Amino acid sequence: MQSPTVNRVAGRSPGRRRLADRDGLLGALFMAPAIIYIVALVAVPFAIAIAFSLADVTVGDTSLTFVGLQNFRRVMDKEAMPQFWRALSDTFIFTLTAQAIVIVLANILALVLAQDFKGKWIARMLIMLPWATPISLGTIGWLWIFDSKFSPIDWVLQLVGLLGPDTLLGPGRHMNFLGREELAMASVILVHVWRMLPLSAVILMAGLTSIPQDLIDQAEVDGASFWRIHFQVRLPLILPIMSIALLFGLIFTFGDMVVVFVLTRGGPVYYTQVLATWAYFTGIEGGALAQGAAIALFLFPLLLVVAFLVLRNARRTEIA
Amino acid sequence: MRGVPYRLKRFFLYVLVAGFCFFSSAPFLIMLINTFKQDKDLYRPQNNPFIYNFPPTMDNLKLLFLKTNYVGFLRNSLFVGVLVVIITLLIAVPAAYSLARLAGRWGEQAGIGIFLVYLVPPSLLFIPLFRVIAKLGLRDSLWSLVLVYPSISIPFSTWLLMGFFKSIPRDLEEAAMVDGYSRLMAFVRVVLPLSLSGVIAVVVFTFTLTLHEFIYALSFISSSAQRTISVGVPVELIRGDVFFWQSLLAAAVIVAIPVGFVYNLFLDRLVAGFTMGAVKG
Repeated sequence: MQSPTVNRVAGRSPGRRRLADRDGLLGALFMAPAIIYIVALVAVPFAIAIAFSLADVTVGDTSLTFVGLQNFRRVMDKEAMPQFWRALSDTFIFTLTAQAIVIVLANILALVLAQDFKGKWIARMLIMLPWATPISLGTIGWLWIFDSKFSPIDWVLQLVGLLGPDTLLGPGRHMNFLGREELAMASVILVHVWRMLPLSAVILMAGLTSIPQDLIDQAEVDGASFWRIHFQVRLPLILPIMSIALLFGLIFTFGDMVVVFVLTRGGPVYYTQVLATWAYFTGIEGGALAQGAAIALFLFPLLLVVAFLVLRNARRTEIA
Repeated sequence: MRGVPYRLKRFFLYVLVAGFCFFSSAPFLIMLINTFKQDKDLYRPQNNPFIYNFPPTMDNLKLLFLKTNYVGFLRNSLFVGVLVVIITLLIAVPAAYSLARLAGRWGEQAGIGIFLVYLVPPSLLFIPLFRVIAKLGLRDSLWSLVLVYPSISIPFSTWLLMGFFKSIPRDLEEAAMVDGYSRLMAFVRVVLPLSLSGVIAVVVFTFTLTLHEFIYALSFISSSAQRTISVGVPVELIRGDVFFWQSLLAAAVIVAIPVGFVYNLFLDRLVAGFTMGAVKG
């Protein structure tokens, strides 16, 4: 079955064919641009970040003079800059609390989405919206929902008699979500949950649907209850997938600056500041590039831990 | 849950579906309602926030499109998005094929290594890149984003496509090569056409990524005219004491709904990428 086209290809100059046929060389050539790009724009900037953090560079003065750990000492000075420690603890509180809630809700949502029901496509689209939309735009909707005067939540609470004079949450007429420390923190966490839940749920759903139906049927025949099947058959099987969902959630929430930047700008005072926003305000808006770089570097240890877990996970699923 | 009547089970299912749908889409619903609200309707705390107490109006949309830079933000985002998609495809497609077929044993490790790069958060790198961009004379230029965004999109796209290429039987290429195609031609003529849906998923993923990205766009660009949509709307339209809330919320929801729709079409492919091939979809 030799077509004329193929004959023409076969008749090409031998030199050209040799290059296009040598798998090793071709593989290296195909790989090179991606490697160069990643080295130039990820590895090199990372090295610069470390160099900056050990030097006295600012937006105005870009000469690199080695100053040792002075930047770290300065950003970690509790007296002069209490914001850093707050940002560090907030980053952990927001990330861990949000992910704990997400993983519980995602398990329920994944079970729901694994069922067949009418209008599933539309439901899935509505549920995916928070993840698919640019988070800076989604957060604007929440900014209105948490507004100090016009919050729709306030309106509902007043309607059902929970907010206002002589009520449980009163006497004020407004919750002032973003102006009170605990509520502002809870608001940031809620928006993170809202945003990450869809991704975690669809990842878990992919895990659930890959479980052979035979296993579930067999357990049912054996008389296992729904919950028993869930906790003893499904859950152990989707555990590797669940850890992947968790790792993504941790990474994306840990490094995120958008929710805090749009919602609270770190306020009230600096009580919702996180590492990413604090690095931005210090390094770019404040012009102290070196200190900003030092703050951002605190994101790195967690990244290492997650990278390690991903690698271990990848190896385990390969064996399975 | 045997013993529970089927109808009751369905009822619970639909209640849960409705609850999750409400949680996810309520902010967008409120944005959509407010888009058409008059000032005297919106800015009275006593008014029901979920209905129109006064007739809807188009004025807010007119304000958004005619009096603000919104159209410019959209155009800037489109410009950056299209160029980044092209660069990503040119680099990630060959890299993925190389890892899937040509690299041999180290291919898998290199693939995971590349995937890990995707996990490096931009908030770790924006300060040094800010300097690099300034050195290159690209501050305040959309080209700075065109240059930097592929460093996020290439790793994930390479990973996604690698899985796709691996799922195509080797026999097809080998048959083509027996027929006289070179390896390169077998890739271009046989493998690529079969991978079209994977390539489209990469296009969708990369484009939405450029729409989403915030921290680089915020740091590298400071003039209103060069802002992209994700930064332009919250930064430029909120500046000052006067909030044009309806236009602001309209600006957000106009982008959200189409992006959500398209994203959903390719969801399964993207999830396959996120699960790192641990689940064969």
